[in-house]
This record gives sequence, C-alpha cells and structure tokens, in this order.
Amino acid sequence: MQFVFKTSYDADISLFKHGAQAVWYGLLLLLVLSTPLYFVAIDDAYLLGEITGILILAIAGMGLMLLTGHTGLPSLGHATFMALGCYLNINLLSEGVPWIVAFPLSGLMAGVLGTMIALPVLRLHGVYLALATLAMSMLTSDFVVIAEPWTGGIAGAVVPDINIFGMEINRYSTPYKFYYLVLLVTILLVWFYRNLLRSPTGRSFTAIRDSEISARAMGINLMRTKAMSFFLSATAAGLSGALFGHSAGYVTNETFDLVMSITLLLMIVIGGLGFIHGAFFGAVVVGIIPVAIANGRTFLATTFDVNINVPGLESALFAFILICFILFEPMGLYGRWLKIRTYFELFPFYRKDMFKRQKSYLKTDRLQ
Amino acid sequence: MDFLQLVISGLANGCVYGLIALGFVLIYKATEAVNFAQGDFMMLGAFICIGFTNHEYMSLNFWLAVPLSIFLMGILGYLFNWGVLRHMFGQSQTSVVILTIALGFIIRFLAGAIWSHEPTSLETPFAGQDIRTGGLVLGIDEILIVVVTAVLTLIFFLFFSRTRIGLAMQAASQNQLAAYYMGIPVKRIQSLVWGLSGMVAAVAGILFASKGAIDPSTGLLGIKAFAAAAIGGFGSLPGALLGGLIIGLSEPLASRYGPPGVSQIAPYAILLLILIFRPGGIFSQTQQKKV
Repeated sequence: MQFVFKTSYDADISLFKHGAQAVWYGLLLLLVLSTPLYFVAIDDAYLLGEITGILILAIAGMGLMLLTGHTGLPSLGHATFMALGCYLNINLLSEGVPWIVAFPLSGLMAGVLGTMIALPVLRLHGVYLALATLAMSMLTSDFVVIAEPWTGGIAGAVVPDINIFGMEINRYSTPYKFYYLVLLVTILLVWFYRNLLRSPTGRSFTAIRDSEISARAMGINLMRTKAMSFFLSATAAGLSGALFGHSAGYVTNETFDLVMSITLLLMIVIGGLGFIHGAFFGAVVVGIIPVAIANGRTFLATTFDVNINVPGLESALFAFILICFILFEPMGLYGRWLKIRTYFELFPFYRKDMFKRQKSYLKTDRLQ
Repeated sequence: MDFLQLVISGLANGCVYGLIALGFVLIYKATEAVNFAQGDFMMLGAFICIGFTNHEYMSLNFWLAVPLSIFLMGILGYLFNWGVLRHMFGQSQTSVVILTIALGFIIRFLAGAIWSHEPTSLETPFAGQDIRTGGLVLGIDEILIVVVTAVLTLIFFLFFSRTRIGLAMQAASQNQLAAYYMGIPVKRIQSLVWGLSGMVAAVAGILFASKGAIDPSTGLLGIKAFAAAAIGGFGSLPGALLGGLIIGLSEPLASRYGPPGVSQIAPYAILLLILIFRPGGIFSQTQQKKV
C-alpha cells in the first residue's frame, strides 16, 4: 500500500492523489485516443460507432450521477432532458445557428428549462421526487406530439449534420471525426465534474446527499444547491441528448421514452452510485448487453437451431442484472473494483466486512 | 345523460386505480417502501385468474378460480418480500424504488412469455350483462367494481384502526426499532403486508380484466395509480381511493370535453399540480423532518 505524505493543504483536493495515479489516467487517455487506429487497421468502423454510443450514454449517465449519486435526488425522468437538448439542438441548427454555438446553447437551455420544470418538484424528496419525475417522463412523448411544428411529432425529425468551420461530421460518413468530437466533449465534462467535486459547490452536494439536516446546519442553502445540481445535471443530459440525436440521425416521439430514463438510472446503479467511474462502467454494460444478446441469439440459432424470440427479453435481463446488483453489490461495478484493489493493497490483511455499512432503521416522515 | 354515463364509467375505472393505489399505500404504510411494481402485480393477478378460468387454458369454475388466484398472489407477494426485499432491510428508499421497477419489467416479461402479448379478457359469468334504467346503461361489472372497492376500503380502514395486527403494522412502519423493542415481529409483519397487497392487486386485476381486455403492458397503468396515491396523500387509505376516483373521472371527461391529446396528460398534470401546491397530497400526513 502506498502512503501519500501530504506536504501542502492543496494535496487534499488535488486532481490526482499521487503521481502513479496520474500516470494511469494518462495511459487511459492514450488508449482512448489511439482506439480508432485499430479500426482504421481493420477498416471497419461499426464497433467504433458502438463505442461512441457508449460515450454519449456515459455523458447522460454523468449528469444523472451528479444528481442521484452525488446529491441524492432520484430522477426517473432524465430522458426528458435529453429530449429537450436534442430538439433544441435540431431547431437551432435548422435556424442556421452554427453547431459550435448551437450545441452548448442547447445544453444550457435544456438545463434552464429543466430547472424551471423541476423547481416546484424539488421541494419534494425521496419517493415524491421519483414520482414527479416519473410523471414528467410519461408526459414527454405526449408533449413531443403536441409540439409538432418543432419536433416533427410522430413522423419524427431528421437531425442535420454537424458542421464546424466547414468541416462536415456525420456518424456514418466520418465516424472517426464523430468519435473524437464525442470524446472531446466527454473529457471536458469529466474534467469539469472532477473540478466541481473539489469545489465548495460539489462538497455541498455530497453534504445534502449524506444528510439534509446536517447540511442545513452547516449553512447550506438547500433549495439553491439542489436547483444548481438539477441545472448541471439537466445540462449534461441535454448535451448528451443533442449528441444522441446526431448519432441516431433521426428521432421520433418514442426515442426518449420511459425505458430510456430507467436505463439511465440502471446504468449508474450498476456502475456504482457516487463515483464518476460508475457512469462509464454502467454505460459499457448497457452498451454491451444488447450486442451480447443479439450475438447469443445468432449463436443459439445457428449452432443449436433454437430460436428465442420473446419480446421484452432484453429489459427483463437488464432488470434481473439490476436486482442482482442491488442485492449483492450495492456499490456497483466500481465498488467491486475498489474491493479487489483494496484486497491486493492490504494483502494479507483484507477483512471480509471492510466495506460493510451500518444499517439504519427506518422511521416514518408521516405524523405519528 | 351523456355526462352521467361518462361519470359512471369514470368511477369504475377510478375504482380500479384506487384499488391498485390501495395496495401501494398498504405497503407504504406498513413498510415505508414504495412498490413501483404494484401495477404489474395487478396485471399478474389478472393473468393468473385468466389462466385458471378461460377455456383455452384450464377452464375452471370462475367462482373457484377467483379465490384461488387471490390466494396465489398473496403467496407471491409474501415470497417476494421474504426472498428479495427482506435482504434490502436498512438500505435507502431509492434502492427499493429501483428494485421494484426492475421487478415490474421481469413480471411483464414473464406474463408475456406465459400468456402471450395478445389482449385477453376474463370470461366471467356476468360478462356483457347490464341494467338499464332511464336511459342509463349500467354494466354489472361496473357496479361490482364500485361495490367491491367500497367494501375493501372499509375493511382495510377497520383493519388498520381496530385490529391488533393492523396496529402492529402501523407501529412497524412508524419506527422499526421501537416496534422491535415492543415485541412486534417486524420482518414477518412486513411479509404479511406484502402478501395482503398482492391479494388486493389480484382483486383489482380480476375486476379490471372482467371489464375489458388486458395485456402485459397494462401494468404500466400502475403509474396512474401512483399518481392517485400521491394525490390522495401517501399513507392514507381513503385518500388513495379518492385519488383514484379523481384520476378515473378526469380521463373520460377530459377526452369528451377537452381538446384532443389532453386525456392522456390529465392524470399526470393533476399529479404535478397537486405536488406543486399541496406537496403532501389532499390528506397530507407528512411533516418536516426535525432534528
């Protein structure tokens, strides 16, 4: 185990705990930057498109992670903010606004609109917030149909190509450029997220998650901080929605449905609530499972001549994995990794219940 | 007359929502957990009864199949709490919410795999019969729904306020630790409540399927029932019923007198309005947390 001697006060909030960690993340950066080389070599960019999709999901996941994992507010309606970002982006682009302006603007507007929708709901907590966001999610598709002049309604809307200073970027014709663009957005957001968590604002988010009462006692303005968290979260979801639109090329009223919202939630739970890494791990799992199921089906059909074609199998499998995670590994994949790492760091002194958390007995909020 | 007819069909629908909400509130009241799969429990109860009754499956006698499926759903509810939820004891409410949502997906998939995704309706002895009075057409099924719901609500109200076990359930919900100290078997009580709410869900499902066709995605109707429970104020049994009636009435009236597209939005819009202006619901029972 490595002991870090802190020789300055800033060491507590530095981006990397020690040099070795910085080296590892530098290597990771190199890896993601050089991934396209492999696909250039095999001259098939299909899988690169899937990886780009995973990154886009991870952006939305980071948004939800900030809200649910770091501020402790559950949201079952983040697809709504993705829809806002996506449709705002489409409309700004068709108005002739250059992409480089339209993209961040659509994210910010989604954030502002999302906060306006959410402000009255934010007074609620726990179950009530989950319910209100669920209702929001159910309404999204109806509102997309009602706002047909801007959204194309049931017929759907075609998403225009990205154009940055004359450079055309399209998911299919220029997959490599699209990958690097999404990667750039992702890295910027991760950097912002890390810095946010080091700042007083980020610390107050975590304080609210751990105990609203003690957060208030420490002088944190609950409403303002929650609204801030909601704004940042909805902005990230909006940006992800805009990119999702570019990646899909075509969106209808059924693109951003309840299943999408729940998938996002599932993603961060599987990945590990409260860790930025969790959003990425979750996105990888969510991105891989459909591919794995499709491959498994083909394998069964070709080798054993068994055809499994039951609708809803994917969601059921997702749900099953989710239940297993909540029951057996509440800290998610990243939590599992932490445990494995600690085991080797402390070898042979790791104890079985090191990560066990105290159970709390529930008390009602209702009148006695 | 037109208006009255709409009101009656709205009431019948509202009672089903109210019954689902009732099961939802039962669990919330006694275990402080929220079962987002209650709508899917309802759907499952209906399909179990269909599996017993309809001629293409087991074609049992209807009056034998009903108690059998209610009993079976009770067992399933008990087992779910015993096998899964009990291990979540002491974890955050959010995890329970996510867990039950996931359970809903699994139930929907199983029901679809066993009974197909075709809309099916229950073959009841009173299907299609109705009473005509002064221009009004009252289906027997609609009357039955209203009566059964009223009786069930009364029974539960008395159960929670008068019986020892009902009081124990309330105590277990209000403070688990204190209830333990008073000698209440909190874990078993919670499983019992889950069983009870499974039974209520089965009743709601049977009533729903006797009125119209049901398919596995009908479970999503449960979301309207949550809206109903929240409108009435969580943890209030009469509130759940009232909320259900409000939602049930709003739908046909909004589709008849409102602009197109409003009827789907109406329940959620009412929910959001209630949550904004009276966050605790009509029969509010929540209070600010104090140190």
